[in-house]
Amino acid sequence: MKHLLSTQTLEKQDALLILDTAEKLSRISDGPIKKLPTLRGRTIVNLFYEDSTRTKISFEAAAKRLSADVLNFSAKGSSVSKGESLKDTALTLKAMGADAIVVRHPASGAAHLLANSGWIDANVVNAGDGTHEHPTQALLDAFTIRRQLREGSGDLSGVRVVIVGDVLHSRVARSNVWLLHTLGAKVTLVAPPTLIPNNLSGWPAQIDYNLDNAIEDADVVMMLRVQQERMQASYFPSIREYSRRYGLDISRVNKMHKTGIVMHPGPMNRGIEISSEIADGARSMIVQQVQNGVYVRMAVLYLLLGGATEEL
Amino acid sequence: MAPNKEARQSPVSGVLLEAADISRITSRIAHEIIERTAGQDVVLLGIPSRGAPLAHRIAQRIDEIGNSNIPVGSIDITLHRDDLRLKAPRPLQETVIPTGGIDGKLVILVDDVLFSGRTVRAALDALSEVGRPALVQLAVLVDRGHRELPIRADYVGKNIPTSLNQVVKVNLHEIDGIDQVTLSSGESR
Repeated sequence: MKHLLSTQTLEKQDALLILDTAEKLSRISDGPIKKLPTLRGRTIVNLFYEDSTRTKISFEAAAKRLSADVLNFSAKGSSVSKGESLKDTALTLKAMGADAIVVRHPASGAAHLLANSGWIDANVVNAGDGTHEHPTQALLDAFTIRRQLREGSGDLSGVRVVIVGDVLHSRVARSNVWLLHTLGAKVTLVAPPTLIPNNLSGWPAQIDYNLDNAIEDADVVMMLRVQQERMQASYFPSIREYSRRYGLDISRVNKMHKTGIVMHPGPMNRGIEISSEIADGARSMIVQQVQNGVYVRMAVLYLLLGGATEEL
Repeated sequence: MAPNKEARQSPVSGVLLEAADISRITSRIAHEIIERTAGQDVVLLGIPSRGAPLAHRIAQRIDEIGNSNIPVGSIDITLHRDDLRLKAPRPLQETVIPTGGIDGKLVILVDDVLFSGRTVRAALDALSEVGRPALVQLAVLVDRGHRELPIRADYVGKNIPTSLNQVVKVNLHEIDGIDQVTLSSGESR
């Protein structure tokens, strides 16, 4: 593996290798936080054209636990706000000796462009590109599900996952649909019709407009954030109505399978897509997701950067 | 690896140890461990992949001889290797630290072949991530020489003189389906 750009193109064996590696790393890192010497002398650049808190610090924590040097580059207050192109930024980073670039960009396909343009030879990790993909989020979600429901090994065949909310704008949903399908899970997407993409042909998922139906006996419910910043157009009549029809509360959670879990990629809008009672409840995996994110990103960085630079 | 070192009375290629030999050797190492560690808190840690089942076998032998339940586990050294950049990324192996940990204990590292000593160095680093043993010892099934670091084993199953371009291959039933140690004049690893 040279880059991690999408889960759509991720082979099952590679996905499982990442999850298994993360599982082992989590066992080593249990207890007091340990620093491993593995990526000493490697430079990882966090290139963030969009705001992000948890993804960025998660990547930073992962890189630092493997002893890599981390450079943070955010578009705000940088030369990008003076009009520098992605290409020139990339050339600058290359000149500084970046071994890997973790990129988040508002344009779908930016990570792909960076990886395949020939501008740089660093490994590229997609940390979210527009409404396209966010592969490490899907990997940490799959990791969390597998650990909770499958004791941390094997694939996810037979697991019933319901993804609820703004599928239209969600790269998390896209990455999860592909990865969970690859791992054998059954995915149902639930949203108001206005928030489902027009053309879903080829998506390995079912659609349901009724959450009460879809949640029946589900093993996993993944709530997506209502992206109020992308909601200038009226996708639904009011927040209250959305919350009533698509919000997760105790009566809906009670319909899930008895071992079912609740997930959210964060940041949450408490009281809109998820009630506080559920977010802080026993089935909520939200804190574990953040913790697992570091292990999964350590695994990805190790597998991309831990070996020889050239294929031998 | 330096290609043209002279072989010093190396045995011819072939099977060096059969299942019965391996069983006798692990048994002897178990006896030696009991003799030299009497009264101490011993923990056996195998270095994957083949050190791990060896550690379990030795622990089982010690059990049978009469010392009850020695904690046994494994410690993966991949992330501490000094040659990571020479090969494609390696999959990680299992690390299992017995409950009770290793702090203040006598830790005996177990591996199949002692060669350059680099694996053991990495294991010592990995160990320091886990805790602080009172004492660390090393047990190996085969010592084939050619050390590149000042490291030696406390318990050696068999010394086998080799030349650098030979390959010592340990097969264990748990992993390979057969107990056998072979020597071949293959390409360098």
